[in-house]
Amino acid sequence: MDDAAFLEHVQSGGQVEAGDWMPDEYRARLRKFIEMHGNSELMGVLPEREWILRAPTLQRKLALTAKVQDEVGHAQLIYRVVEDLGKPRQQCLDDLVAGRVKFHNVFHYETRTWGDVGVIAWLVDAAAIVSQKALLKCSYAPYARIMKKICWEESFHILHGRDVILAMVTGTPDQFELVQEAVSRWWGPLMQFHGNPIPRGEDPMWYWRIKSQGNEEARQQFLDGYVPQILELGLEIPDPQLRKRDDGVWEYTEPDWDELKRVVSGNGPRSRERLALRSEALARSAWVRDAVLGAAA
Amino acid sequence: MIVEVFRREREGQPFQHAGSVEAPDLRFAEAYAREQFGRRNESTALLLVPREATHEVTDFPDSFDWKERRVDGYSIKARLREARERAAAR
Repeated sequence: MDDAAFLEHVQSGGQVEAGDWMPDEYRARLRKFIEMHGNSELMGVLPEREWILRAPTLQRKLALTAKVQDEVGHAQLIYRVVEDLGKPRQQCLDDLVAGRVKFHNVFHYETRTWGDVGVIAWLVDAAAIVSQKALLKCSYAPYARIMKKICWEESFHILHGRDVILAMVTGTPDQFELVQEAVSRWWGPLMQFHGNPIPRGEDPMWYWRIKSQGNEEARQQFLDGYVPQILELGLEIPDPQLRKRDDGVWEYTEPDWDELKRVVSGNGPRSRERLALRSEALARSAWVRDAVLGAAA
Repeated sequence: MIVEVFRREREGQPFQHAGSVEAPDLRFAEAYAREQFGRRNESTALLLVPREATHEVTDFPDSFDWKERRVDGYSIKARLREARERAAAR
C-alpha cells in the first residue's frame, strides 16, 4: 500500500489496525492527537480532585471519586494506544510534566466553588462527549474501540453533573447564584473548547479521518444540545449575541482565540500549579512502581 | 508485558476485544483488567491473553475465486421465474 491508496482507504470509511502499514505523517498526527487526549484525561482529574474532600455529602464524595477513577482509567487506556503507536507511557508523562506537550484548555482553570464541579461534570463533559462520539468513527480502529467504553462512562458523568446542578438550582438563592456565577465564568472556555472554526477541508485531522467532524460542527452540536438545557433552569448565558437562526445555525460572539492559545501553551490561571502537582505525584509514587515491578521481576 | 483483554458482555455472547493493559505479570494484569472492564458489572467474563501468545492471521488468498462456496455464487432469480411459469402452465 502507498500513501495514495491509504488515503483513499481512510477517506472512504476504512479503518486501520495497529500492525497495519501507515504513512509517517498519519502516524505522527495520530500519536500527537491521541497523546493530547490522554494528557487531558489525566490532567482533567486535578480540578475535580480538589473537591473530593470538600464534597457536600458522602454520596457526592463517592460519585466524584468514581468519576476521578474513570478519568484516570481513560488516560491509562489512551496511553496504551499511544504506546502501540511507538511512544512509551513514561515518555508521555515526562513530556507532560516538562510542559513539552499540551492538554485541553478547560483543565488549566481553577475550580473555585462546588458550582464549578457541577459545571465541569455537566458542561465540560458534555463538550467532551460531542468530540468523543465523533471519534467512534476514527480511522484508527484501536482508538475508536476504546472510545466506546469512554463515552459510556462519560454519560454517567454528565448525569452526575446535571444532578449536582439541579440540586443547587432548586436550593437557596445563594446556591442558584453559585451555579450562575460558575456558568458565566466557564462559558468562555467552553466556547473555545472545540477549537477555532477551521474549515473541515483544511483540517488535517479530517483529511486523515482521525476526526469525523469539523470544529465548528462540534460546537454547533454542543450549543444545540445544551443551550436549551441551561436556559430551561432559568440560568443566563453571558453572550448577548447568542441565538439560533431560522436555518438552525447558532450565532455567538467570537470566542477569545488568543486566550485559548495562551492557555493551552501552559499559561492558564492554574497551568503551572497543576503540572507541579502532577510532577510531585509522579515522584511520590515512584517507589510503588519500583516495588511492583521489583516484586514481579 | 502487554496483555490483550477480551470481554463477554452477557452469557452466550462471544468474547470481544476490549483493549489492552500493561502489567508486570498476569496477577497485576488481572487486577487492572478487573478495574478497567469489570468494576460496573459490565462484563460476565474476561479473557486475558499475553500479546506474545496471540497468533494473528490476516491474509486469506482466494486464487480460484470459488463462488460455489458463497451465497453470491448462486443467482436463482431467472431459473425460479421459469420454474414458476412452468408450474403455472401445468
